[in-house]
Amino acid sequence: MQYHAPTSVDDALRLLAAGNGNCQILAGGTDLLVRLRSEMGDEPESILDIKRIEELRTITPEAGGWRIGAAVSGAEMGEHPALVADWPGVVEAMNLIGSTQIQGRATLAGNLCNASPAADSVPAMVAAGAMARIAGPDGARDIPVSEVPTGPGRTSLGKAEFITSIYLPPRPEGGGDAYLRFTPRSEMDIAVVGCGVALTLDGAGICISARVSLGAVGPVVMLVEAGAGALVGTEVDDAALDALAAACSDAASPIDDKRGTVAFRTHVAGVLARRVASIAKTRAGGAS
Amino acid sequence: MALDRKTGTAPREFKIIGTRPARPDGIDKVTGRARFGADMSAPGMLVGRVLRSPHAHARIKSIDSSAAEALSGVHAVVTRADFPAPGEDVADILDNCMAGEKALYDGHAVAAVAASSAAVARQALKLIKVEYEPLPHVTDVDAAMAVDAPALHEGRANETVPDGHSPNVMARHAFGHGDIEAGLAQADRVLERSYRTEATHQGYIEPHACLASMGADGQADLWCCTQGHYMVRNTCAAILGITQGQLRVTASEIGGGFGGKTTVFLEPVALMLAKKTGRPVKMVMSRAEVLRATGPTSSSSVDIRLGMTSDGRITAGFAELRYQGGAYPGAPVDMGAMSAFAPYDLENVRTIGWDVVTNRPKAAAYRAPGAPMAAFAVESAIDELARDLGLDPLEVRLKNAAREGTRASYGPTYPAIGLEATLRTARDHPHWSEPLGPNQGRGVACGFWFNFGGDTCVSLNITPDGTVNLSEGNPDIGGSRASMSMMAAEELGIPYDKVRTVIADTGSLGQNEVTDGSRVTFAVGLATIEAARAAKREMCKRAAQVWGIDEEAVIWEDGAARPSGPNAGEHPPMTLADIAAIASNTGGPIAGHYEINAEGAGVSFATHMVDTEVDPDTGAVTILRYTVFQDAGKAVHPSYVEGQFQGGAVQGIGWALNEEYIYDDNGILQNAGFLDYRIPVASDLPMIDAVILEIPNPGHPYGVRGVGETSIVPPLAAIANAVSAATGTRMSDLPMSPPKVLAAIQAR
Amino acid sequence: MSKIHVTTTINGDPVDFLCDPGETLLDVLRDRLGMTGSKEGCGTGDCGACSVTVEGRLVCSCLMLGAEAEGREIATIEGMADGETLHPLQRKFIEHAALQCGICTPGILVAAKSLLERNPDPTEEETRYWLAGNLCRCTGYDKIIRAVMDAAKDMREAS
Repeated sequence: MQYHAPTSVDDALRLLAAGNGNCQILAGGTDLLVRLRSEMGDEPESILDIKRIEELRTITPEAGGWRIGAAVSGAEMGEHPALVADWPGVVEAMNLIGSTQIQGRATLAGNLCNASPAADSVPAMVAAGAMARIAGPDGARDIPVSEVPTGPGRTSLGKAEFITSIYLPPRPEGGGDAYLRFTPRSEMDIAVVGCGVALTLDGAGICISARVSLGAVGPVVMLVEAGAGALVGTEVDDAALDALAAACSDAASPIDDKRGTVAFRTHVAGVLARRVASIAKTRAGGAS
Repeated sequence: MALDRKTGTAPREFKIIGTRPARPDGIDKVTGRARFGADMSAPGMLVGRVLRSPHAHARIKSIDSSAAEALSGVHAVVTRADFPAPGEDVADILDNCMAGEKALYDGHAVAAVAASSAAVARQALKLIKVEYEPLPHVTDVDAAMAVDAPALHEGRANETVPDGHSPNVMARHAFGHGDIEAGLAQADRVLERSYRTEATHQGYIEPHACLASMGADGQADLWCCTQGHYMVRNTCAAILGITQGQLRVTASEIGGGFGGKTTVFLEPVALMLAKKTGRPVKMVMSRAEVLRATGPTSSSSVDIRLGMTSDGRITAGFAELRYQGGAYPGAPVDMGAMSAFAPYDLENVRTIGWDVVTNRPKAAAYRAPGAPMAAFAVESAIDELARDLGLDPLEVRLKNAAREGTRASYGPTYPAIGLEATLRTARDHPHWSEPLGPNQGRGVACGFWFNFGGDTCVSLNITPDGTVNLSEGNPDIGGSRASMSMMAAEELGIPYDKVRTVIADTGSLGQNEVTDGSRVTFAVGLATIEAARAAKREMCKRAAQVWGIDEEAVIWEDGAARPSGPNAGEHPPMTLADIAAIASNTGGPIAGHYEINAEGAGVSFATHMVDTEVDPDTGAVTILRYTVFQDAGKAVHPSYVEGQFQGGAVQGIGWALNEEYIYDDNGILQNAGFLDYRIPVASDLPMIDAVILEIPNPGHPYGVRGVGETSIVPPLAAIANAVSAATGTRMSDLPMSPPKVLAAIQAR
Repeated sequence: MSKIHVTTTINGDPVDFLCDPGETLLDVLRDRLGMTGSKEGCGTGDCGACSVTVEGRLVCSCLMLGAEAEGREIATIEGMADGETLHPLQRKFIEHAALQCGICTPGILVAAKSLLERNPDPTEEETRYWLAGNLCRCTGYDKIIRAVMDAAKDMREAS
């Protein structure tokens, strides 16, 4: 196995192409090193560490939104006041992953590309309408984050492609987002259910747009259109929250596994959605 | 060994016992210098790794290691065929360390390699071809008792098991006295309920590790993390067919044990690899191996019948306990059956315990082995009846509490014990009267552990400059070296920092029972005190020699030899340092030693009190407040006594709420890591308040009782009682993970 | 498999070593450099016993490749004391009996030091959440939290 630490995106792309699909990207390593150690499957032929590519390590304002380099850690995101102010839900989701030590290394792109159905940052990114910028042999392309994971452990990326940054759009006027998850312990667990909500209130406190996203209740992150529908046009009052909860429980299609049962996840999806939407509403300036 | 009383029945005034000095290994541990099991290396060292069964139950038809042996860098492969036929007393242990005819659980060791690097060793394991014939398996205790259950062994049940039972039922234990049916008939309320707990792991943060070397002359050295290096020596010597004198075992610092390191797993294998290769072999388990293939607790299925009068008197207590101990006989169901009703004075009490095997790793001790599950059932039942009758749960326990002179449910008569003191202190404590909010509930429970003595050797040696070197044979898992130094210093009347306690290797002392049974502060302490007394007698003899008077005319007081009275003459006192300085000229170096199979360990009772809050929409349980009330007899070092109370309580919290072994339908362990085997983290918990009571143990010179184990016995029921109160349900199935709690709330 | 030559700084000292591409920083520290203060409790980033800081950032060394240490500043438990002078956290841990077996202690000390560098006056809750990635099985965390907060107080008063 070889280790490479290119210093430019072009060098990284050349190595990826030469690796012929047997090259693993290393950002924070919090999933990759666990996989390597578990000896499940074959060892990759090479590891491509992207952390020496300067442009991937920055958080940059762009067109009113934020471009977050693929090598930026969750801890760095949490230490960026302006980013936290605009997208607190995305940042808090990223900072729920693992422990302080994990957050010192883990990245949005890594969490996304590991494609666990229970990834914490993904529902929040999807609710925010985040875009992934993918570098490849034919240049760069931008796709919604929701189009990256295609199944547990699988992404839509080509063999010679990798994510160079995540773009969070400008936070709308009157917008607020939040993320919650259910875990048996207070920290350190994989989400049994995760929920991200981003909504926008007009001057009168009426919800004019919403995106509701669920994690860990299906093979990939789920955007719940009916959930958004339950909120839009309302003051996000109790009746709307009840309808939201029902829509989310309805949409959830979880499995039984060592972390949760179908019945439990279905029920808690609704419970969380209600709580998350309330927080998002408060952050959007709505009456709590 | 009578309790010291200087004047009449007034307890002795201590100078050092009861204070909180710094522990001798403190600096090494906070700087990273301390050497644990995996921290030792040797020149030319090879790396050893184990190949493990992927099947829960399978016949091993053949093992072909030729490809592995041919791999460059591989020095040896070991299988069961390399070991001599074992004696009966180590046969199961050997089979557990290296499977013979059958693999009996997912993770069971079937072969091992020694190679020049970890990478080569891993590769070599992949090249060993094992032909398995998978067999039907069983992991549930009740399912394993069914007559047609897949059988692990044939014909191993002992004579206590009646005919007609599954071959997986190994033993039946029975205790108690009186007439249950008559007692139940006298009750105003009778409860019949069943309880279940899952298997848990001790969860020590340090995986098993050892470094073994064996010379061509059969002399062997072993460095390992263990709770008992003398046990390791004796077991490995028996397994390898060498004498105990040929094997010298040195105990490293140990990163947690809690009972799980009172047996061997890697050590015989490492020695055999060292023997075959002629090189030192280091073996370290991964976390997955620790969970799959060391010694978790039993899972249990318990039926309780309890009768109570309307004013709270228990008229009869019956428990049938079924424990699975993994793939070999020896589940601690006997101790569960003995301890279940131990806190109570009962006219009619009976407990039956069934020892059952299943396709799971061989259970090892876990802090009061067998007791927590039994107490969970009994204390929950008492709580439920008390609530049904509208009675205060602490008052009900006080009404039935065992005391000095009570005939225990398991047989003996209690001397002075501290149960009532813990109950009264709990009742009068501010925690008990603190108001509760919505969705909050408070629970209490009592617990008990026998505590043990056992084989103990101590050697106390004085250096020419008056330092005291204390050699003992019990690995320090909780700060006991500090307590030994304190007891030696107290007894000798010298400053604490003049005593240096070391854990001596197996070549230095004869035999020591493992660090278990909460025995060390009691038994090693007792031996230390006696060794110090022997040294004092010798020092008095030397002073007498110097002064030219009779030995009987010299006493030891306040750290010095003194004439015993005016008739002995005017002689200025000789301190320990004074006598040590002239030891060479008065006969030679001065020492004291003591060997005993200690008896008289005092039982330790506790009452725990816990407040929980339950999220009614998710079933999540938060521990709001926890107080431990436990009798320590005499707290030598109060900080370390508190530490035992707190640590045991938190392990109990994990066991009650989140920890469990999860097997799939193929008998494969699903959660062999700290991600999904969920032990409590710092943010899950409040401070754990520790209230130490001291009702001296008549069997120890200072009144010491062991404290390490009792603290894990009450939490399961205390928390279940609190959650039951918070939710208006009765939780009888552990762990109380959120889906279970939510289901109970929804079913209300 | 050819080895990688890494040049780095550990506890202020220049260090270089050879390692395999797949070796973790923890493997390198323990097996190549003889620095056994950082411990392996799980190998999967779930227990924190291997905690070190890299460029001042608290991480699990079991989840970092040795090769990644190139040109970076690593700090381990071995560098926490200043010669004979213990760090206040180390002193307070001994004083408060915040360790029993001591296996988690190096990781917790490194993590706690990192906390106090960022937040000199943490609440009990903040301390507990910061340390949630450091498992301890012996103490129940009570005395650990007290020791950290007491050390924080001493350090605030000294500065």
